[in-house]
Amino acid sequence: MLKLENITKRFGSVVANRRITLEVAPGEVLALLGENGAGKTTLVSILYGLYAPDEGRILLEGKEVRIPSPKAAQRLGIALVPQHPELIEAHTVAENLALGLDLPAVFSRRALVRRLRALLEGHPLGVDLEAPVARLSAGEKQRVELLRALLNRPKVLILDEPTSVLTPKEAEALFQEIQRLKAVGLSVIFISHKLDEVLAIADRIAVLRAGEKVGEVLRQEADKDLLVRLMVGRSLAPPPKVPPPREEVILEVEDLLVPRHGFPVQGVSFSLRAGEVLGIAGVAGSGQAELVQALAGLRPFRGRIRFREGPWPRDPARLFALGVAHIPEERSMGVVEGMSVAENLALRTYRRFAPGGILNHRAMEKEAEALIGRYGIRTPSPRTPVRFLSGGNVQKVILARELQVSPRLLLAMHPTYGVDVGASEEVHGRILDLVQAGSAVLLVSEDLDEILSLSHRVAALYHGRFVGPIPREEADRERLGRMMTEGRV
Amino acid sequence: MRWELEPNPTRGKVLGAYALFLLLALFLLGLIFLAYGVPPLKAYALLFSPLTDTLGLAEVARRTIPLLLIGSGLALAFRVGFFNIGAEGQLLLGAVGAAYVALFLPPGPWTLPLMFLLGGSLGAVWVGIAAWLRVRFGANEILTTLMQNYLAYYLVVYLVAGPWKGRQVFGFLYTDRFPPEAQLPRLGDTLVHWPTLVLGIAAALLLQTLLFRTPLGFEWRILGENPKAARYLGLKQGRLLLLAALSSGLLAGLSGVGEVAGIHLRLLEPAQISLGYGFTAILVAWLARGRPLGVLLTAPLLGLVLAGGDALKLALSMPFRVVDVVAGLLLLSFIGAEALSRHRLVWRR
Repeated sequence: MLKLENITKRFGSVVANRRITLEVAPGEVLALLGENGAGKTTLVSILYGLYAPDEGRILLEGKEVRIPSPKAAQRLGIALVPQHPELIEAHTVAENLALGLDLPAVFSRRALVRRLRALLEGHPLGVDLEAPVARLSAGEKQRVELLRALLNRPKVLILDEPTSVLTPKEAEALFQEIQRLKAVGLSVIFISHKLDEVLAIADRIAVLRAGEKVGEVLRQEADKDLLVRLMVGRSLAPPPKVPPPREEVILEVEDLLVPRHGFPVQGVSFSLRAGEVLGIAGVAGSGQAELVQALAGLRPFRGRIRFREGPWPRDPARLFALGVAHIPEERSMGVVEGMSVAENLALRTYRRFAPGGILNHRAMEKEAEALIGRYGIRTPSPRTPVRFLSGGNVQKVILARELQVSPRLLLAMHPTYGVDVGASEEVHGRILDLVQAGSAVLLVSEDLDEILSLSHRVAALYHGRFVGPIPREEADRERLGRMMTEGRV
Repeated sequence: MRWELEPNPTRGKVLGAYALFLLLALFLLGLIFLAYGVPPLKAYALLFSPLTDTLGLAEVARRTIPLLLIGSGLALAFRVGFFNIGAEGQLLLGAVGAAYVALFLPPGPWTLPLMFLLGGSLGAVWVGIAAWLRVRFGANEILTTLMQNYLAYYLVVYLVAGPWKGRQVFGFLYTDRFPPEAQLPRLGDTLVHWPTLVLGIAAALLLQTLLFRTPLGFEWRILGENPKAARYLGLKQGRLLLLAALSSGLLAGLSGVGEVAGIHLRLLEPAQISLGYGFTAILVAWLARGRPLGVLLTAPLLGLVLAGGDALKLALSMPFRVVDVVAGLLLLSFIGAEALSRHRLVWRR
């Protein structure tokens, strides 16, 4: 159906794709697996007409084609479901779908809905055409994107990290839909860095690393170990055991209530001992962000918090001085992109480098070099603006900065979100070092495996209600899933 | 053939892009001259004529002084994320403060320092109102500072037409002449009031140092580039914003003192005190890309445009506001060059 031959794409001196050859047959699901920065997105952009390849050719049904723009890609029958839904929030589902159609200049809303109904016949819709997109959940929005992609009867469907915004249940539904599309002869290219998913859905798996195709295996021949070795270039160590917590209580939270838009976060009570990790799971938007913000001094709350038997200042700078580090939900909040790596590493401690009131940039860079080495941050130099670093390295910058002073408590939210396998292993390693040294960690994540492998106790947020905590030994994926989606222990 | 992003352009390419767009701007300007009925070559020569003799250079220098003071303050304010569009009004308030000291307080050696002190403070207080409204209520400072310009304008009109109108000026709308103690020294027989020039250069150097070499500047840069990060770190955002805003108002106020104490020697109608320096300085700050030191380069550039515009007006009787056309084309060409240097054209199939 679709064939890529020797596709090469350079950005300046960086080779994003080097001589990549791929093929996908009708009714086949080809998974494109690779860490962040392996060149998956560049390859998709070439297929969807956003970049022109420097070398190589693209063949569709045996004929060489040029794809100068997304419009051309659609006309050729190549459709893309982007990683994050790109819909117009204020408009209705029908209006958003209309963007994928060739429509007359003037048309009535009723005619549009009628035409869409006819076009979508046979696709289980599950979404109200007249609902404004802003009211849909992330999963429903993605469904709309998928329907929009299917409207023009494509031959090749590209899904870019489709499950990153979905709950496990929604992902399940998506996989069923992919199976259905496969059955009617569509070629599917499925991009992901999650091994389980790829093994669940793909017929063939191509692995990219550092811009090159390092392997291609049939589903039957693949297992996790092999794929990790291909992806990372080495096997991963088994997750280290977390040592048991100590006696000393670091944090006591009693009946915390965080007002927010919609529903409040409430009933949060727990205590955290030195060397203990408490994992908090929850479907996105259940109040995790607000809870962490309240604890980090960024949001007002009611209730009682004691930190090492002392008061809890509601001021991020003073909290950090007391030994509370914070890995924020969004990386963009934790760094200043235009400032250098060295400056970003000093965002908390810059005053230390200005004893006489004048900043000593050399001392700052020297200390940065030590941190860059210790945390394995890949950057050309300490003076490079953080903007030029990959997501995983930006996360390591944040981690290095927050952990350099050996905090007593770490508030970590999605510490490995969008970070590749190798880098998340390193992030987990650093967090465990901290725990071993006797710090407490509050870990909020949507990755259940991450929570289950690192935590001593686990809890969940369900519509703002705090559920648990229960000891890790009594929890498994199913039980945690129930806590997240039904609010029962 | 298509456009692609190029995150890391080479220095040569950036310079080339700027040169190209500068030529383009000059070419478009030539078309405008042609349409107006003046020979373009002669007009170009006139535009650059201030560079050819000392008198012309002095004209450029005297225009540079207020642009330097206001521009370096605005470069700071813009960088921190406070879009002060009201420097013109702050300049006028500075002039009012200077005139009050000069006209109503007993003259002495303290007169000039006191003029700068009061003028600068009034400029700072004036922008302080807008800054406080922004910090306290989130009022958009672009609107408030812009509107304050009109208040300042009519305040000056009221003063020179009413209570402060001079006794020996007959029908004219201005105050009496300042006493000698309230007049700034000038270079030779030019209008270059050099103490203010020194002040402007010092301001640019000081702000550059503050911004890039001190903890305060470090916090300013964090706030300006990523307010979310500033919040996350627990920086005192309101205080930082206020401080940057007040600095820009103070410098604009000082420039107003310089204009009345160095050139006009009296308070007069606002349109005559300032040639729109407060607005031209926005360009100065923007072209300097938020670097106070860069203002040392861009202020003279716009100073040349203003002086050249004067020459055009005198020699070809073009309206003086042709300088806005020149400045506008300059700005557009720089924006274009910026865009060009960040992209590349890919020729392929």
